[in-house]
Amino acid sequence: MFGFLLRRIAVLIPTFIGVSIIAFSFIRLLPGDPVALLSGERVMSPEQHAAVSHQLGLDRPIVIQYLDYLWGVMRGDFGASIVSKTPIMTQFLDLFPATVELSFCAIIIAVALGIPAGVIAAIKRGTIIDQGMMGVALVGYSMPIFWWGLLLIILFSGILQWFPVSGRISLMFFFEPVTGFMLIDSLLSDQKGAFLSALSHLALPSIVLATIPLAVIARQTRSAMLEVLSEDYVRTARAKGLSPFRVVGLHALRNAMIPVITTIGLQVGVMLAGAILTETIFSWPGIGKWMVDSVFRRDYPVIQGGLLLIAGIIMIVNLIVDLLYGLINPRIRH
Amino acid sequence: MAGTSTTAQPTSSAAMRRQMLKEFWFYFSENRGAVIGLFVFLILVVIAVLAPIIAPHSPFEQYREAVLKPPIWAQGGTATFLLGTDPVGRDILSRLIYGAQYSLFIGVFVTTLSLVGGILVGLIAGYYRGWVDTVIMRLMDIILAFPSLLLALVLVAILGPSLTNGMIAIALVLQPHFVRLTRAAVMAEKSKDYVTASRLAGAGPLRLMFRTILPNCTAPLIVQATLSFSNAILDAAALGFLGMGAQPPAPEWGTMLSESREFILQAWWVVTFPGLAILITVLAINLMGDGLRDALDPKMKRS
Amino acid sequence: MRYKLGFAAALLAASFLSTTASAKTFVFCSEGSPEGFDPGLYTAGTTFDASAHPVYNRLIEFKPGTTQPVAGLAQSWDISSDGTVYTFKLRPNVKFQSNASFKPTRTLTADDVIFSIGRQIDANNPWNKYIAGASWEYASGMGFPKLIKSIEKVDDLTVKITLTHPEAPFLADLAMPFASILSKEYADSLEKSGKKEQLNQAPIGTGPYSFVAYQRDAVIRFKKNADYWGTAPKIDDLVFAITTDAAVRYQKLKAGECHLMPYPNAADVKAMKADPNLKVLEQEGLNIAYLAYNTTQAPFDKPEVRKALNKAINKKAIVDAVFQGMATPAVNPIPPTMWSYNKSTQDDTYDLEAAKKMLADAGVKDLSMKVWAMPVSRPYMLNARRAAEIIQDDFSKIGVKVEIVTYEWAEYLSRSKAKDRDGAAIMGWTGDNGDPDNFLDTLLGCDAVGGNNRAQWCNKEFDELVKKAKVTADQAERTKLYEQAQLVFKKDAPWATIDHSLAIVPMRKNVVNFVKSPLGAFTFESVDLAD
Repeated sequence: MFGFLLRRIAVLIPTFIGVSIIAFSFIRLLPGDPVALLSGERVMSPEQHAAVSHQLGLDRPIVIQYLDYLWGVMRGDFGASIVSKTPIMTQFLDLFPATVELSFCAIIIAVALGIPAGVIAAIKRGTIIDQGMMGVALVGYSMPIFWWGLLLIILFSGILQWFPVSGRISLMFFFEPVTGFMLIDSLLSDQKGAFLSALSHLALPSIVLATIPLAVIARQTRSAMLEVLSEDYVRTARAKGLSPFRVVGLHALRNAMIPVITTIGLQVGVMLAGAILTETIFSWPGIGKWMVDSVFRRDYPVIQGGLLLIAGIIMIVNLIVDLLYGLINPRIRH
Repeated sequence: MAGTSTTAQPTSSAAMRRQMLKEFWFYFSENRGAVIGLFVFLILVVIAVLAPIIAPHSPFEQYREAVLKPPIWAQGGTATFLLGTDPVGRDILSRLIYGAQYSLFIGVFVTTLSLVGGILVGLIAGYYRGWVDTVIMRLMDIILAFPSLLLALVLVAILGPSLTNGMIAIALVLQPHFVRLTRAAVMAEKSKDYVTASRLAGAGPLRLMFRTILPNCTAPLIVQATLSFSNAILDAAALGFLGMGAQPPAPEWGTMLSESREFILQAWWVVTFPGLAILITVLAINLMGDGLRDALDPKMKRS
Repeated sequence: MRYKLGFAAALLAASFLSTTASAKTFVFCSEGSPEGFDPGLYTAGTTFDASAHPVYNRLIEFKPGTTQPVAGLAQSWDISSDGTVYTFKLRPNVKFQSNASFKPTRTLTADDVIFSIGRQIDANNPWNKYIAGASWEYASGMGFPKLIKSIEKVDDLTVKITLTHPEAPFLADLAMPFASILSKEYADSLEKSGKKEQLNQAPIGTGPYSFVAYQRDAVIRFKKNADYWGTAPKIDDLVFAITTDAAVRYQKLKAGECHLMPYPNAADVKAMKADPNLKVLEQEGLNIAYLAYNTTQAPFDKPEVRKALNKAINKKAIVDAVFQGMATPAVNPIPPTMWSYNKSTQDDTYDLEAAKKMLADAGVKDLSMKVWAMPVSRPYMLNARRAAEIIQDDFSKIGVKVEIVTYEWAEYLSRSKAKDRDGAAIMGWTGDNGDPDNFLDTLLGCDAVGGNNRAQWCNKEFDELVKKAKVTADQAERTKLYEQAQLVFKKDAPWATIDHSLAIVPMRKNVVNFVKSPLGAFTFESVDLAD
């Protein structure tokens, strides 16, 4: 197991360096002069321009800039935003909990609904129930979620006014962030109604973010179940007279879960990387929106650092998924 | 899995091919959803081709006296504008009809680009192995280490926001899937008897790659291509929605959504219809994709 | 469905505007996140709204609702007869705010002023680069490093600033957000504890509200500064709810989740005015959008040609199409709210026949030209592309062919400066300090050619007038000079002046005493909520 882990990490390092080179050179390829953007309509004199370029380190040879950057990254210093001048790591740590919280709720919804739906569809294969569920799953899978989010806002926030339009908690509640997770902090704060308020702010974004993973998980569970159900040992178990519930529950489901867990893991990685569209639509202060905003502000260092951090998260989550997979399924461990 | 080994005997006889097609259609048409998907897709193609004839208005003409007219069935709607008008008085139906051209073109262009690129790179990696393979696969890992939409967004920011650049960016992020599939298939097929036989008979590497091996890896590629087709449409619409795809006044559906976002609370129709159009198109293609997978995957056939 | 209704009920209960708490909370749905809280480092109005205006004061302040400089932290001042030495008497007993980690032990002194300004102009000051990438764009933009020769402490409550040359707008410059006065004592204590960057994250100032907390990209909280030296604010808690989408801001305002919002969609204004729970404040902005010809290139080097083209532009149509009427067509290069605005200037009236004739008289035939349109929406020009299309349409009626070109914004900014730029460029400007110099000399002076002067227009007569006004201390005298300069400008027509946009501020009906600064800032010093 340890050797397996080492080998996987050994592959990650060149990939990470590759990612850093790509992220670094992307930003150098962006058109337009970042210094000119800083001043907008106000024209800088050539001396000011040179001074600012120098300060941002843009006047040094590109290889030096890169090595410098890599050295910083290894010490956890991703540089500072040219717009807000705050360290990228600080911004990231401020915003990441919001993304984690949203992803967590979304994945719970997706798993809690997706797996039972898949199992039921597999057991009732070919019936109206199966077809209906898989039809809905395919619609979910095909959903342009930016539009789906807008529809939910129109209906639940605009017309019915059940849920707030945006934000993480009602402004009425205010407490020092302890964990950064609004749900936990609201409970810790002991303020009445704070938890419910946080939950109601999470509802629409989580539903929107959960839509596609839910569909993927349901479809995957169904096909994994079908495969397992057709295998000999399940047939034997059935023949031995075990109740269908025990067959499905104990034997089939456990084996069918192996590929499904991989799928869930990959979905988590993608979500933690920031739900660009969902966060944009709901003005959710997470890293997906942060990246989109930075692209529009042309905040080069943030785009660069953000890409790297996000790729890092995905790589780590994928590594964990691989390890888990190895743990559950000893066959691939060798 | 062994791919399409049941039908994989190297043969070029026309009769055999017809037989395969027949068998394929048999399995495909068994899936009712797939047939509906195909049907809707064909209608969309017809709409796109005939757009200039069937669209009641020009997609760009601004009827300044009819700004934000609701659809015909809603209060205040008129028969002139069946699905209403947008904030500058353009007919939404006509824009949707022309938008079909965009979406189908995006799907075809992106899929072709990533498919061709992916096959070439994948063939090379799988056939030559060694350091070429390592470098290529590492590059693909790097691309896959980024979330695809984010990567496409940054790429478009670099290249400049436009539909063409958006399509190139999306093709680039979709390509690694084709590379991986092709490479895996090539590696599986390469050691098979018929390839060895063909090599012994004096076939060069190019011939081996394209004439002997490739035709036997087509099934998973076709399934992946359908998936890419719908992904391309969704991603292009998402880029358009973020203002980084097709630029106004192009009647691209995602761009239409983005332009009308500020009106979501006053005029539901400007937001609803473009999204519905995207959903229907993507759904039809995905239905077809499911059917294709079932028809091409022998494992599914068995059960 | 039931659990959703449960949420709804909880939400209604939580709707905090309906709670009858004794503390008054005012919620401003702001349009974006502040870049930081040290105003010297930034240039965005959004940042100043959350830092300079609530938390800090300046030596000089603008009288609320005007651009007139009045006493702020400086109680009085004295200017030497040659206009280069400014001596400021500070207001005594001005207390700084406190927070969890800092309790001030002394009141405002000259040291605080020297610290606040000094760090921005002296590269060797230990606070010049206290965070990575610190740069003082406004201070250098206003020429402070060269303009200010020295800042000295005369006594605890007297500061002397010596300039290298006389500069009449200097007082107005000191009223700008970047010149906010910070606490040196606070900076020292941060330095001691090794947390210099806190100066930009947990601000301490002398202003009407003190900073409580900032949750990135979500909420900023302030509370009333009980020790405020001026009139105490009526609001106990001031909250900025950051809401980047204008439609969402409107939705929140309608739902009572906030009391006031900036920058509505032009499309929503009609509905806002009709809403019985809302009122809408309209104010002329301190800005201008213009089309700058390249006056060094034929045939645009001839004033007659430029005048002819000006007559062919239907400004009213642009104002209607781009702003839905929320702007006024521009006549002079400065907005009407600014002092010295010349009311007697004759605009080039829209007259296609006359324009055609003037072109023919000037010997211009079959002219084709480029019009540059900005790719971004700015307050003074929401949609340059749409404006360019209207100009294109108008020009085609007098036989002038127009090709519209655009570049990515940074590219546009730098390319449009070039002396050999091909074509006329749409550009604009928002005033910094309300001084006419900030428009006339900055945008049209001879030294700005190849820079801010995008018409590349160097007119001796005009330049002499504005340069003289710059060093004249007497405002009446300056007014005369600027009025004359505007006539020269109009006669020579380096620009087609397009519009001054209106600032539209929708708010709840019960908001009282909100005073909008013509400089674009949102300040809540005097605001109150009626019961």
